[in-house]
Amino acid sequence: MNLEKVIFGFFILLAATLNFGFVYGEIDNPLHHNQWEFFTALVVNIIATVLKFGDRTHVGAIHLATSLVAFIQLAGAALVWFFAPIDATGAVSAYAMAAIVSLAAGALLANIVSVAILIVETTMQRR
Amino acid sequence: MKNSTLFLGLRYLRGPLIVIVAVFAAGIAGLVLIPGTSETGHPWHMTFSQALYFMSYTATTIGFGEIPLTFNDAQRLWVTAVIFGSVMGWAYLVGSILALLRDEGFRGALTEASFARAVHGLREPFYLICGFGETGLLVARTLDHLGYRFAVIDIDPERIQELSLLDLTQDAPSLCADARFPEHLLKAGLRKTECTAVLALTNDDQANLAVAMSVRLLNPATPVLARAMSREVAANMASFGTNHIINPFTRFGAYLALALAAPASYRLISWLTALPGSDFDPPGVPRRGHWVVCGYGRFGRAVVAALRDQGLDVSVIDPGDRPVAGLRTIKGTGTEADPLIAAGIRDSVGIIAGTDDDITNLSILVTARELNADLFTIVRQNLQASSALCDAFAADITMVSSEIVANDCVAVIKTPRLGDFLTFAHQQPVFWAEAILTRLSAVLGTRAPEIWGVAITAVGAPAVYRALTGEGHVASIGDLARNPADREVGLPILTLAVIRDGTLIPVPDSVMALRAGDELLFAGTLHARREQARILQNINVCEYLLTGVDTPGSWLWRRVIRPHSSMQP
Repeated sequence: MNLEKVIFGFFILLAATLNFGFVYGEIDNPLHHNQWEFFTALVVNIIATVLKFGDRTHVGAIHLATSLVAFIQLAGAALVWFFAPIDATGAVSAYAMAAIVSLAAGALLANIVSVAILIVETTMQRR
Repeated sequence: MKNSTLFLGLRYLRGPLIVIVAVFAAGIAGLVLIPGTSETGHPWHMTFSQALYFMSYTATTIGFGEIPLTFNDAQRLWVTAVIFGSVMGWAYLVGSILALLRDEGFRGALTEASFARAVHGLREPFYLICGFGETGLLVARTLDHLGYRFAVIDIDPERIQELSLLDLTQDAPSLCADARFPEHLLKAGLRKTECTAVLALTNDDQANLAVAMSVRLLNPATPVLARAMSREVAANMASFGTNHIINPFTRFGAYLALALAAPASYRLISWLTALPGSDFDPPGVPRRGHWVVCGYGRFGRAVVAALRDQGLDVSVIDPGDRPVAGLRTIKGTGTEADPLIAAGIRDSVGIIAGTDDDITNLSILVTARELNADLFTIVRQNLQASSALCDAFAADITMVSSEIVANDCVAVIKTPRLGDFLTFAHQQPVFWAEAILTRLSAVLGTRAPEIWGVAITAVGAPAVYRALTGEGHVASIGDLARNPADREVGLPILTLAVIRDGTLIPVPDSVMALRAGDELLFAGTLHARREQARILQNINVCEYLLTGVDTPGSWLWRRVIRPHSSMQP
């Protein structure tokens, strides 16, 4: 067992699961989408991206590309959240929430691809 | 992957980057979670954007203060922890970046990548110089002077450093690497179509051999010019078809033999191969008689063989005890009078100081001159650093192997046909060489000539080619030596040879008719060469010289003139 592989797989999977957890729910209902879950998803995504730096193989390059896509999607969602109008209770409008969740859903797709590559890569491993 | 150095760097920085991300995330989370106290005493929470902003200026030690509201004690306690964590993380990242930039391996990767990029970007023909010692330096200077591009590989970082200090007119990509490894040659553009020739000029015979072999296998179409100090390596190189092998010692031996046998041919050849633009000092001509050779190494062997081939009597002074069959050998260095006298210096016509130490060589010659002032002296100069001493001593011939190799390389690169002409000149009787010498000095005075080749093809001489094939003009060789300003005046040019259908016609008559496809070899001044280029390139200049009529250049004027001239019978 390789500790580096454990950490690598852990972060990639965690990025996908957190992302999924955030996206899950009604798209425009702020009550279904936790701000902290989004924050951790973003942080874990950045860490997963950094972990993928420096792999010179072709698979490594695709891995990095999927992570960069997920990161850009989540960063876009974060920007929307920053500038979204807030009502008296501190919640964002349904319109802004829908935009945030749809951007995060895009990131989820990229994260799923990333996980898929990880699984394919693992099954191809003969040792 | 071309930008692999970027990924290499990122890989190296993974650790610090993750630390920074973790510290930022923890800091932001804490700032958002911990409630503050507003002016009215109500609890408030930072938003994520405010926390990110605060973290950014705190982690980088900029410190804009407590924004947007003054913190309370709980927040300050957390910020204190965050400051230590983030500043450490930041310092760790910056330190890692600096360490990366100072890392030998990474810097090597960076320079290698930039070298490969520079070579890849070369869009004009270039030469690949392997080995940037004294010879490489001389060749590089001359190539630059002639306007050729080149790339350099040398194993010694100091030599590469020296290249960057040279004041060259064009940038020369350089790589500090071992040229023996084919991957470095490939990186230096060996397989590029623009790579015109490879020059293996290192001071290591085996390395030159390896370069020649790599080129032969990896890109057989590219010619190789290689320096070989030993006869075995030269033979080895020749066995797999190295295009031009230069052994400075045997080359000098051949010069010496020629100088003894046919002084005029010797003077002609050394004039034609002198570095262009320099003032040519005709070398003294050695006399026949008894010679003393000091130092019986590779150089000594070559000159002794040359002298004995000429039927001359030779004595050798050498510190080693290697008795040579049929050769009078005196043990010693020759720096003292005794061995010189024993070698018969008083009755000799010449002495060759050929040890591998410059000071010893000069010391030998000073002693020898005291014993016999009429000696013809030949000194072997090993290092460029000794050139001031050798110049001051003013021996009749100073043999500098790096110069011999460099001259040879440049001659082959510039005018491949010159070699054919020189081989021909070598075999000619003395009066032939004397006649050419007279004609050359009439054209050039005492300057070293510019030698150039011209091919009468659509590319080499478009105007003349068009005049000969399209317009049906007749041109003679002499027409190419007319002054574009006034066709009755000649340019200082001597036509050395015409190569027609693969045969060399030496010093053709100026009335000989030109044919498309001819290759010509000229000697003259640089100015004359530039003037001639106008004849070759410019159709109007060419027509004026061939017909004597100044044809108008523009289309409109041609329309006006043509009907007018056709009316006149």
